[in-house]
Amino acid sequence: MFAYIVRRMFQSVIVLLVVGLVAFSMFRFVGDPIDNMLGQERTQADIDRLRSELGLDQPFPVQYFKFLQGAVQGNFGVSYRQGRPVSTIIAERAPATLELAFVSGVLAITLGIALGVFTAIRRQGVAANVIMTVSLIGVSLPTFLIGILLIYIFSVELDLLPSFGRGETVMIGNWSTGFLTTSGLKALILPAITLGLYQMTLIMRLVRSEMLEVMRADYVRFARARGLSDRVINFRHALKNTLVPVITITGLQLGSIIAFAIITETVFQWPGVGLLFINAIQFVDIPVMAAYLMLISVMFVTINLIVDLLYYAIDPRLRVDARAT
Amino acid sequence: MILRNLMIAASATALMAASASAETLRWARAGDSLTLDPHAQNEGPTSALAHQIMETLVMRDHSGALVPSLATEWAPSEDNPNIWVFKLREGVTFHDGAEFDSEDVVFSLDRARTPDSDYKELLASVKEVRATDKYTIEIETDGPNPIMPNNLTNMFMMDKGWAEANNAVKVQDYEGGEDTFAAKNANGTGPYMLVSREPDVKTVLAAYDNYWGKNEFPLEVTEIIYTPIQNAATRVAALLSGEVDFIQDVPVQDLERVASADGLDVRTAPQNRVIFFGMNMGDADLANDNVEGKNPLSDVRVRQAMSQAINRDAIKQVVMRGQSAPAGMIAPPFVNGWNEAMDSSTTDIEGAKALMAEAGYPDGFSIQLDCPNDRYINDEAICQAAVGMLAQIGITVNLDAKPKAQHFPLINNLETDFYMLGWGVPTYDSEYIFNFLVHTKGEKYGSWNGTRYSNPELDAKIVALASETNLPERDKQIAEIWQVVQDEQLYIPIHHQVLNWGMKSNVGTVVEPEDSPKIKYFTLN
Repeated sequence: MFAYIVRRMFQSVIVLLVVGLVAFSMFRFVGDPIDNMLGQERTQADIDRLRSELGLDQPFPVQYFKFLQGAVQGNFGVSYRQGRPVSTIIAERAPATLELAFVSGVLAITLGIALGVFTAIRRQGVAANVIMTVSLIGVSLPTFLIGILLIYIFSVELDLLPSFGRGETVMIGNWSTGFLTTSGLKALILPAITLGLYQMTLIMRLVRSEMLEVMRADYVRFARARGLSDRVINFRHALKNTLVPVITITGLQLGSIIAFAIITETVFQWPGVGLLFINAIQFVDIPVMAAYLMLISVMFVTINLIVDLLYYAIDPRLRVDARAT
Repeated sequence: MILRNLMIAASATALMAASASAETLRWARAGDSLTLDPHAQNEGPTSALAHQIMETLVMRDHSGALVPSLATEWAPSEDNPNIWVFKLREGVTFHDGAEFDSEDVVFSLDRARTPDSDYKELLASVKEVRATDKYTIEIETDGPNPIMPNNLTNMFMMDKGWAEANNAVKVQDYEGGEDTFAAKNANGTGPYMLVSREPDVKTVLAAYDNYWGKNEFPLEVTEIIYTPIQNAATRVAALLSGEVDFIQDVPVQDLERVASADGLDVRTAPQNRVIFFGMNMGDADLANDNVEGKNPLSDVRVRQAMSQAINRDAIKQVVMRGQSAPAGMIAPPFVNGWNEAMDSSTTDIEGAKALMAEAGYPDGFSIQLDCPNDRYINDEAICQAAVGMLAQIGITVNLDAKPKAQHFPLINNLETDFYMLGWGVPTYDSEYIFNFLVHTKGEKYGSWNGTRYSNPELDAKIVALASETNLPERDKQIAEIWQVVQDEQLYIPIHHQVLNWGMKSNVGTVVEPEDSPKIKYFTLN
């Protein structure tokens, strides 16, 4: 077990290093940050001075190495755009993204499972068919369109919910939360729906098809034959067995909710790390882009590591194999 | 402990909400100010926010005229033409109560001249700034500089004592890895004080009670809440739903929507920015064309033909939905040296074809046009329109549109033969245009001149403008330089951009050509 973990950790570190190298080799194609940093009146001498100060005249492996040197010591450099330490900026922005991801994750899981079970049980019902049709919208419409649509309906036409921002936030230590104010909670609704809709429909369809499968299984028929009530059959026996693949998918999707909040955050001017990243790309803010990409890859690698370890714990065959080799 | 912090924070928010009176202006635009350090970034949204908090010696009012701010009068010294004397306003205090005097001006201008400052080029001719008494300063330049005050309209004044006490004497740089105090805090003499700021999220300003201009300006807005909203559709939605009172950058396709909404107005004015194409006329052969051994753009007839082929009215109607003013010269109309006759242009396809034939290109040629796609209003669409128009005279244009961060280096590194550029003139004087766009590209001048045009005689004339103190003579020189620029068809002007501000109907303001609202002039009724 221990050797397995060490081996996986070692692989993860290599993945991270490669991600960083690829990222740094790409930055030159994003553009040149110098023009954004200096005013219209800059001279060639200013450009050369700043470029060498920032080390942008060095080949990218050298830049990458310097970044790694700093990163190992917890120093991600200074944002070209804001002139402030990247670690401070990301720490300020992370709560917004994490809260949004949490709410849309919860929304996606609870509604996804509930609707999935409903549509599986009432397969022929009108309501189930309507839900299935509507869910197609969730899968097929791009996120930004859903966001704009929601803003148009709920902010402009009905005037119920705010169209942008996070509302009032409260600081708990270093964590700014929108959960404790009315305006904060209202501001969460539209972005959370926008971000979670795709995941919700995905989980719903997954639960539905798994459920339909399980309902045909022998043990469910036996349960019926024993005269158990529908409720016990549906929720105690069928749903439980449905959840194994659902949990796997959900774990991986949680990562992508955080990583791909970029579009939702841009549409709703949600002050999270996704919006930060978009701004960084436009400005060619290399330190912020590098730190963000590394952070996201650390997250994915960690989630995958945990998933692998869970498999190891769940699936006895893996352990037997490991011992045999 | 956590609970207690929470309660304090919650009650503070409640208090703030209660004190927000009816005179709040909620203001949104696409980008946030990058820093509060007044000398670190010479960039539109950054100085627009700084103008509410800090002040300059002289400023431009809503009409673009130069008016007194922290200086009450200014003139060249009678004894020495290289010296400008500024009399400072008395009885002005900074937000922390400190008095404003000549010491602060010397400190601020010296700070703006340090290598990390983004404003040092505007002060490049300054030799020394000195205080002669508490309310008089002298700026000595290395030659007479007739338009010195024009360079000071974004040169913000800081308190020397405050900067020293807070370790903010140095302009913020990217090396230190630490927050500069001045990047997140501000202590100005301006009409509004900084209450709170979260970069890219929200900045709150409140009226400063001891502001010197209490009786001079309307000052009807007592609180400003500034929020950047990047996405254009969301920004318009926020105005339509009443969550903000005033937005800059209304996209042209939404103008109708905003203007027709109840209680909302769109106000429009020409912007201090002209859009044009530049051409490589200097190189012997072009890398990005299909003509071997020679450069078609070096022939003035080809450049004139290209200009005549562009139908600026069509671009205005179709691409800009009426929101542009066709241009014939690369100076916005407010600029000293602009004249109406030069700023007109005609479309003449037949004449253009004749010119092409005369120049030896009856069948045209092909060339690559480099264009930004996230910098100017509908920039890529303008280029697309130009591609079709140039095809009419046989020029096959391959359009390459890129983000600005990739486009501008092409111009700086002379890697493009045909490109789009936009230019604003903060000094409102033609010299600024000549220095950057007409003078031969070199260390000090011509840094944005991607045309490879080099005319030593003209260069000498441009350099001489800086120290010509006889203003009528100077204007004559400017007119002569413009004549050369026009005759040589150095650039192909397209149009002057138009600014659109959207706001609640009760917000009273005119649109400023600099796109930099000064809220102290706003009225609410």
